[in-house]
Amino acid sequence: MAMAWVWAVLVVASVLFGSINGSMGDVSRAAMEGAGAAVELAITMAGAVCLWSGVMELMSRCGLAGHLANCFRPLLRRLLPQASRDDETLSAVSANLSANLLGLGNAATPLGIRAARRMARGCDGTASDELCRLVVLNTASIQLLPTTVAALRAAGGSAAPFDILPAVWVTSVLSVTAGLLAARLLGRVWR
Amino acid sequence: MSGTAFVVPCLLAGLAAYALAKKVDVYGALTAGAAEGLTVVLRILPALIALLAAVYMFRASGAMDALTALLAPVMQRLGIPPETAPILLIRPLSGSGALAVAGELIVRYGPDSAIGRTAAVMMGSTETTFYTVAVYFGAAGIQRSRYTIPAALIADLTGFIAAALTARLFFGQ
Repeated sequence: MAMAWVWAVLVVASVLFGSINGSMGDVSRAAMEGAGAAVELAITMAGAVCLWSGVMELMSRCGLAGHLANCFRPLLRRLLPQASRDDETLSAVSANLSANLLGLGNAATPLGIRAARRMARGCDGTASDELCRLVVLNTASIQLLPTTVAALRAAGGSAAPFDILPAVWVTSVLSVTAGLLAARLLGRVWR
Repeated sequence: MSGTAFVVPCLLAGLAAYALAKKVDVYGALTAGAAEGLTVVLRILPALIALLAAVYMFRASGAMDALTALLAPVMQRLGIPPETAPILLIRPLSGSGALAVAGELIVRYGPDSAIGRTAAVMMGSTETTFYTVAVYFGAAGIQRSRYTIPAALIADLTGFIAAALTARLFFGQ
């Protein structure tokens, strides 16, 4: 529903500003232009998106996701001490994190949900601190290779679509840290 | 040529060699993944069409300039290019919406411009917060999410500020 509002507000505001600024002719042309540009963008992105989906599939078939998941276990025991006592939750969360790191969104969500359901047992509708932490971790992107956005840059004619990698990594670390820190502080006062 | 030029080719070659050594069907995995990528593109295309039509209208009417000017004082204080304001507003709500807005900025200002890079780093380091929270808590049967959304939005805001900062630091723009 949120997007219904966003779309309606965008279009209504365009008509309002278009009539105030006398730019309705441009607005009218822009609607068609934008729709055409979307198809163009999707086609120019498609090659890179497909190639990277293939690479990610290869990574998971090689068992890299499993290796990564094992690396996370010690870290998760500290971040989610209670949930980690349950072995199945721990393996679901670590698999969720490694899928997120590899950018396998379709694989990450079901794994994370499995962990969340186990962690939510017996808390009757109120999220525990650890469950909040798990969800905050999932709302912050920790993708190693942001392939969709790289495809977007390649489609725009970038000289080096992946040159943003270091900036993305630093930014991701900062935002995840801020999210977890905020969760920890808010958790003390927000019962 | 920067060091990052090595990342992609070496990753592809290294992965192929590793997969062969582990007797994984490299070609089969690549094509199966590519087929899935195609469905991803097809799935976002309708949203992209709807949103880019609206965003182009919004831009052509002069409303985008008004919004940018309105938010410019706050954004500049945070060190974020005001042109990226639409990403901040849409990113937590819709992934394809944010992709449409970022795509428009990247095409308009160029992928290697400061604005284009900031938009890309923002997209690469944040998630669709409200959607994710709804999916997880919906599946787990949680009604009271407590501080999850504020904490997640703090993470997003930090990501937006850091994206502008790192784009400046790493590229000197």
